[in-house]
Amino acid sequence: MLDFLNRIFGRESNQSRSVAKERLRLVLVHDRIGVSPQLLQSLKADLIQVITNYMEIDEDALEVTLDSSENQVALVANIPVRRMKRKFQTESA
Amino acid sequence: MLMGEVIVVTSGKGGVGKTTTTANLGAGLASLGSRVCLIDADIGLRNLDVVMGLENRIVYDLVDVTSGNCPFRKALIKDKRFENLYLLPAAQTKDKTAVSPDQMRALCQEIKNEYDYVIVDCPAGIEQGFRNAIAGANQAVVVTTPEVSAVRDADRIIGLLEKEDLREPKLIVNRYRYHMVRHGDMMSIDDIIEILAIDLLGVVPEDEMVVVSTNRGEMVVTNNQSRSGQAYRNIVRRIKGENVPMMDLEEGGFMRKLRRMIGLK
Ligand SMILES: Nc1ncnc2c1ncn2[C@@H]1O[C@H](COP(=O)(O)OP(=O)(O)O)[C@@H](O)[C@H]1O
Ligand SMILES: [Mg+2]
Repeated sequence: MLDFLNRIFGRESNQSRSVAKERLRLVLVHDRIGVSPQLLQSLKADLIQVITNYMEIDEDALEVTLDSSENQVALVANIPVRRMKRKFQTESA
Repeated sequence: MLMGEVIVVTSGKGGVGKTTTTANLGAGLASLGSRVCLIDADIGLRNLDVVMGLENRIVYDLVDVTSGNCPFRKALIKDKRFENLYLLPAAQTKDKTAVSPDQMRALCQEIKNEYDYVIVDCPAGIEQGFRNAIAGANQAVVVTTPEVSAVRDADRIIGLLEKEDLREPKLIVNRYRYHMVRHGDMMSIDDIIEILAIDLLGVVPEDEMVVVSTNRGEMVVTNNQSRSGQAYRNIVRRIKGENVPMMDLEEGGFMRKLRRMIGLK
């Protein structure tokens, strides 16, 4: 019955349009990783640049991966810290 | 000497409307006075000729031309209904490997000296047939339907096109059903554009007249009563550089008839 009402009033929740969009969004996250392996490399370089403003890290041991489970893709970074910087500088400083 | 555009019509997924689009863009552009040559690059699965109603006039085909058996002018079929419309049919008995990307590039180069638009109908898939079809193109149109699988394949194709330096391909969403979108049962144009991040060239509604026209070997773009025809005419004008607003997708079907009946339009 609720489903019927939702249809009549064109509500979106739980309807196949949003399900489709969500599934598509997710599948493309996976697909696009496959298409551009340079992306992670470039992300890694950018990360190093930002993080070294705050702490000294072991750049060679730095690991960045995309972990995908069934309904989520997570960016996982393992960044060994050597030491914190006493004075940190930000972009604006 | 002319220096025409070579536009490849592609999709990844089969059956979404590449061939229909190629035929209608060709007829539409020709009826506005452009010189148009269509190339069916779907070797082994020739069907642009039947969609256009030209199947009985084929003598030579694409492979005859690329392999040097006959000059391209001799292989072209002139469409008698449109002053400036020509078709280079695919070979039916060969397979995709009968043509190479270099041969296609050379052929398109040659043809575009004599035509305003060369439109290449691409086979489904991302293998050699696709590589051949895009080889000579300088613009790409990606066709999709509002379904997860079709949009996913479109995304893949867009990535591959950009790798081949066919930057900024344009999107046609075909078989759009407004009432389903309204009821939340089909992705909207905005949904699709947001996900693919690509420019929209046009939206063609689902329309039985496409099937009726195709049955007869006619192109719906010439049918002034049909909404899909209107959609194709708009797309054609956009290709020619005109700024044509998107048509009101809401129109059509029961509500429009009702509004007309009670005199609201
Ligand atoms: N807008 C539309 N409305 C209804 N039917 C359509 C529409 N566009 C295409 N079709 C039908 O869909 C089928 C597949 O179209 P086609 O152009 O052959 O796709 P492709 O070349 O991508 O495989 C054909 O039967 C065609 O008549
Ligand atoms: Mg086809």
